[in-house]
Amino acid sequence: MCKVNIYITLKEAVLDPQGKVISQSLKDLEYDGVRDVRTGKYLQVELADRENAEKKIEDMCNRLLANPVIEDYTYTIEEVV
Amino acid sequence: MKFAVIVFPGSNCDEDMYHAVSEVLQEEAEMVWFEEADLDKYDGVLLPGGFSYGDYLRSGAVASVSKVIAQVREFIAAGKPVLGVCNGFQVLLEMGELPGAMLKNRDLKFICREESLTVEQTDTMFTSRYEEGETISLPVAHGEGNYYCDEAVLEKLRENRQIAFTYKNNPNGSTGNIAGITNEAGNVLGMMPHPERAVEELLGNDDGLRIFESILTHWRDVHVVNN
Repeated sequence: MCKVNIYITLKEAVLDPQGKVISQSLKDLEYDGVRDVRTGKYLQVELADRENAEKKIEDMCNRLLANPVIEDYTYTIEEVV
Repeated sequence: MKFAVIVFPGSNCDEDMYHAVSEVLQEEAEMVWFEEADLDKYDGVLLPGGFSYGDYLRSGAVASVSKVIAQVREFIAAGKPVLGVCNGFQVLLEMGELPGAMLKNRDLKFICREESLTVEQTDTMFTSRYEEGETISLPVAHGEGNYYCDEAVLEKLRENRQIAFTYKNNPNGSTGNIAGITNEAGNVLGMMPHPERAVEELLGNDDGLRIFESILTHWRDVHVVNN
């Protein structure tokens, strides 16, 4: 079995109004060094086996989990014994 | 003409769509549960507004891979009319049948009010009963109606004259003020404003009725032979 951590974010070119508001709030709390905040989604997917996990996950992301028009995704795979 | 209103779990404008066609347009309509649809029996497909699958993941995303979708794709490929309103538009975008994607409204608020629109294109089976450049008013009700596409896609939409409606006072941040677009073949229209909620003068506004009348006019031109 393996556990896949998937991170989905809006593409750089896409405005993230939630991120902008959060960024402003952090500045209001006097975290002056905050340059930008981007929001996103985190998904955990458990797969029965590790074999071809990369291909399966990329397929899932391209077909459903992420929308390639507006979103990018990255993922990490943890083997679970 | 016989319409199917496809009902997903979480659709909530399905009754209004059914009412617009059956009571006001006075054509046949059936509400069809998405798992039981047989679209061969229909001449037009209506994808209603609402919150299919609770907007989980992204608006329209889960419905866009559901059981009925293969049939909707065949229906589109056959050149038959498909109208997607609000969540129905989001489903068509997620299916990739229309270009672009929906983002949260620029101001992160759910907007529920009437908006003035410009009819940009009347040479379609959905808008032939309007005047080009005409201003109409239709209700909008959405939290994610901020249409997004990149420059290249916007350019292509303009070149192909696929932009059917634009907002006069862009309420949500949509690229190019876009409120509704057609596919390249012209038999699919997706729009965020709700024409089915504006079909009777009695209720204050019938600016949306001509969309349904346009579909019917086109269908009669193609299918009904008058001797």
